[in-house]
Amino acid sequence: MSMNRLVGETYSKRLFVFWIPLFLFVFVLLFPFFWMLITSIKTDAELYNRRISPFLVRDPTLDHWKLLFNDTLFVQWAWNTLWVACASTGISLFAGVLGGYALSRLVFPGSTIFSIWIFITYLVPPALLFIPLTGVMSFLGLHDSRLSLVFSYPTFLVPFCIWLLIGYFQTIPKELEECARIDGATRIQAMVKIVFPLAIPGILSAGIFAFTLSWNEFLYALVFLSSPENKTVPVGVTGELVLGDVFFWGPLMAGALFGSVPIAIIYSFFVEHYVSGMTGAVKG
Amino acid sequence: MTERFIDSRSVQTEQFKISWLTTVLEDQRVLGYVLLIPAFLLIVVFIGYPFLLGVWMALTDKVVGTPGNFVGLANFTKLLDSDIFRVAAWNTVFFTVVATAIKAALGMWLAVLLNRKFMFSRATRAAVLLPFIVPTVLSTLVWLWMLDGTFSVFNWILRWFWDLEISAFGLVIKEDFGYIRGPNWLGDPYYAMGSIIMANVWRGLPFFAISFLAALQTVPSELYDAADIDGATGWKKFWHVTLPMIKPVAVVVVVFSFVITFADFQLVYILTRGGPNNSTHLLATLAYQQSMHTGNLGEGAACALFMLPLLLIVIILQLAYLRRQGVQ
Repeated sequence: MSMNRLVGETYSKRLFVFWIPLFLFVFVLLFPFFWMLITSIKTDAELYNRRISPFLVRDPTLDHWKLLFNDTLFVQWAWNTLWVACASTGISLFAGVLGGYALSRLVFPGSTIFSIWIFITYLVPPALLFIPLTGVMSFLGLHDSRLSLVFSYPTFLVPFCIWLLIGYFQTIPKELEECARIDGATRIQAMVKIVFPLAIPGILSAGIFAFTLSWNEFLYALVFLSSPENKTVPVGVTGELVLGDVFFWGPLMAGALFGSVPIAIIYSFFVEHYVSGMTGAVKG
Repeated sequence: MTERFIDSRSVQTEQFKISWLTTVLEDQRVLGYVLLIPAFLLIVVFIGYPFLLGVWMALTDKVVGTPGNFVGLANFTKLLDSDIFRVAAWNTVFFTVVATAIKAALGMWLAVLLNRKFMFSRATRAAVLLPFIVPTVLSTLVWLWMLDGTFSVFNWILRWFWDLEISAFGLVIKEDFGYIRGPNWLGDPYYAMGSIIMANVWRGLPFFAISFLAALQTVPSELYDAADIDGATGWKKFWHVTLPMIKPVAVVVVVFSFVITFADFQLVYILTRGGPNNSTHLLATLAYQQSMHTGNLGEGAACALFMLPLLLIVIILQLAYLRRQGVQ
């Protein structure tokens, strides 16, 4: 009897202390995605009828999806975003891997000061720089060009990559490199053939995280690009699918859905790398 | 004979060149600088120079298409005198502090929940992070739709409860479902700020939760065993064992989020555009409005620069903290 009561208590306690809060968290965090999906497959007649329950889809339709893919530049925006994200991630990884190696392994005058500067630039937000950067981009002839994003995204990606990779390089034992150098390898050979291969998980984490950051960036893309065909997904969907003050919620939610799906798919393949990139970035 | 001689000599110079380069690069003082060239160039051209240019622009009356004249601190004093700016500055601080505090508290709670082992715990952890990884503006669009003046799903639920209550008391059979409208989420200044904070918390909470979770997993279980032996209860264990152990990570997470929230642009741009009546502007959106809509680049740059003092304080505190950690 007393045993039963004890088990019952812990069970109900577990329900209230653990399962219900967890369910509420997950529900709230995922509900907007559900809402995105069902809004995008409802007919306009259902969307704009306040008398019926918005939780049910009575007459599912793919019209909004078709409109998004056939009658808007969405595919072009997705292609632009992909191109910009890959190029800026590539540049940032190149600069980040070399810089991270130098700052974590090599002793030279000014390395500490340079690390501190990297940390400070890591915390400089785009909102502080976008007005003068617009001038710099026009000066370089890059206004309304996707290249302006390829060069501006590394401003926040490079400090991030360096910061993350300094931490990662420090976990690779120095002895491995020293052995290679005793065997006659030069510094560069030891770096490229011994250290970089071992750092691939860290480089992958930095790359995945940098890619999602560039895919999601909004402010620079909003300010630097003006032609519809040059825009990225975030700017295109929010800018071109709203005509005047009229919001077409069906296509808008379809755009939000399909702008999020690629990044969610990449994330699902690399969850562990993404998380270690994210947590590595704040471990310092 | 001479041919061979010349040939071997050119091979020698070639070898000499290679060995000269490798010798120079063997010196870590040289190699260090060489490896930093790409990062250095990017930072100088696209952060350092724009930053200085921004400071210069803030001191001029530059409007789009003109070179602008030096006006000293006129932009700054003009901003400090304007009500819209003061509201924006206050909003920025209020929004940042409140949103970061809520995210930290709820994030810690969720991290503790996720730290248990349960069915689908890995899948749950992965799913919980989704709001953080999808493009912010796109998820904010959903919030805009959910907070819509006419079709808000929250207001639909409120009306539904209202309706239930009425039919339960058997008072009237209403003609129009939707007797009460519910709050005008984005049309009322206070509700609008609340909505912005809500959307920010929704997006940032997973970042806190997963970072805290990673920190929680590094706490050795022996510490909890020892606390159990001493008779510590759940809350006491959390305050005296968990919190001190994860403090270093927690500080960095909070600072990082603080800086990002402080400079937030996208939420306000999508949800309210600073309205109603410029009551929800943040410094970033006000700078955007001044520079890109009004074309007043000098004033916009000055407005953006007002973010700097607080950012600097945070950065300096953070550096000091990291240094102390390093010493320990």
